Amino acid sequence: MSTNRKSRKPRLWRVDVSLKEGVLDPQGTTIRRALADMGYKNIKEVKSGRFFEIELDGDRAEDAVKTLEEVCRKLLANPVIERYEIKRLK
Amino acid sequence: MKFGVITFPGSNCDYDAYRAVKEVLGEGVEYLWHQDRDLREFDVVILPGGFSYGDYLRTGAIARFSAIMGAVKRFAQSGGLVLGICNGFQILLEAGLLPGAMLRNRSLRFVCKYVYLRVENDSTPFTNAYKIGQVVKIPIAHSDGNYFGDEKTVEKLEASNRVVFRYCNPGGELDDHYNPNGSLNFIAGIMNSRGNVMGMMPHPERATSQLLGSPDGRLVFESMYSYLSRKERRKVS
Repeated sequence: MSTNRKSRKPRLWRVDVSLKEGVLDPQGTTIRRALADMGYKNIKEVKSGRFFEIELDGDRAEDAVKTLEEVCRKLLANPVIERYEIKRLK
Repeated sequence: MKFGVITFPGSNCDYDAYRAVKEVLGEGVEYLWHQDRDLREFDVVILPGGFSYGDYLRTGAIARFSAIMGAVKRFAQSGGLVLGICNGFQILLEAGLLPGAMLRNRSLRFVCKYVYLRVENDSTPFTNAYKIGQVVKIPIAHSDGNYFGDEKTVEKLEASNRVVFRYCNPGGELDDHYNPNGSLNFIAGIMNSRGNVMGMMPHPERATSQLLGSPDGRLVFESMYSYLSRKERRKVS
C-alpha cells in the first residue's frame, strides 16, 4: 500500500502555450516595437504566450504527459493557431 | 417559427438578439440557458455576443464545453439554423462548427464602431434578403476579431463561396484602412459547408432601426424568416 500512497504525491508540471510559426502575433509585435522605442534596438523578435503550472497525481511520467497532451489539445491550446510544450518542474 | 437565444454566463447581447427577433419578425423567441440540452422545438438557435466565461483562456474556449453545446452540434447536424454573433462566432470556431480561429485585433484595441460590410453571398439562409455586392453598415465591438485560418482553410472557404461578409470601404472596395481588425481576406462572416451555420463578428441585432444608427442588420433576421417560411410552405405542399 505504501506505493499507492507514494503515487498520490502530486508532481508539478508546466505547460507553455504560444502561437504557431507563421501565425501573426499582434501582442509580440507591439511589445517588440515598444522595446525598440525604449532604445532596445538589438531585440529582434518577441513572441507572446501563456503558461500554466499544473499539479498532477501519479508517478508515471508517461501517463502524466498523456493526460497533459490531451488537456492541451482539448482546452489549453487551440491547435488551429497555437502550439504547446510540456515540462516537468518537480 | 421558434427562435432560441442562448445565455452563457457572461453573454451580454442576448436581450438585443431576443428583441431583434421579436421586433423585426414578431416571431416566437425564447431564452435558452447554457445548461439546457434539448433544442428539438426550435428552428433557429442564436449564440449572442458578450464575454462568456470572462473570455478566460481564449474567447469562447470555455463556453464550447457548456452542456448546451452538444445539443447545438446535434441541432446543426440535423439542419437547424445556427447563428453566432461576435462572441457567438468565437464559440462556434472553438467548437469546430466553423473553421479557423480568432486572433487579437491588429491594433490590440477593443474596437467598437460602425463598419461597412460587403455581402459576398446572397443565397444563404442568413443573407437571402440582401443583394450580392450590397454594402451595409453594421457595428462591431470586439478585441479578438482578427480572423485566421491556414492557407488551405481559407482557400476552401473562398472556393466554396462561404465567406458571407467582408469588411470594405463605403464604396464597397476592399481597403486595408477599412479592415478594423486585420482579418485575413477581410473576412467578417463565414458559414459551414452545409450552409446552415453562420458566424459573423458584426452585430446585426444592434442595427435594426435608423434610430440605432442603421437598419441594415434587419435583413439577417428577415432572411432567416423567409428561408424558414419557404421551407414550411414546401413541407405543406
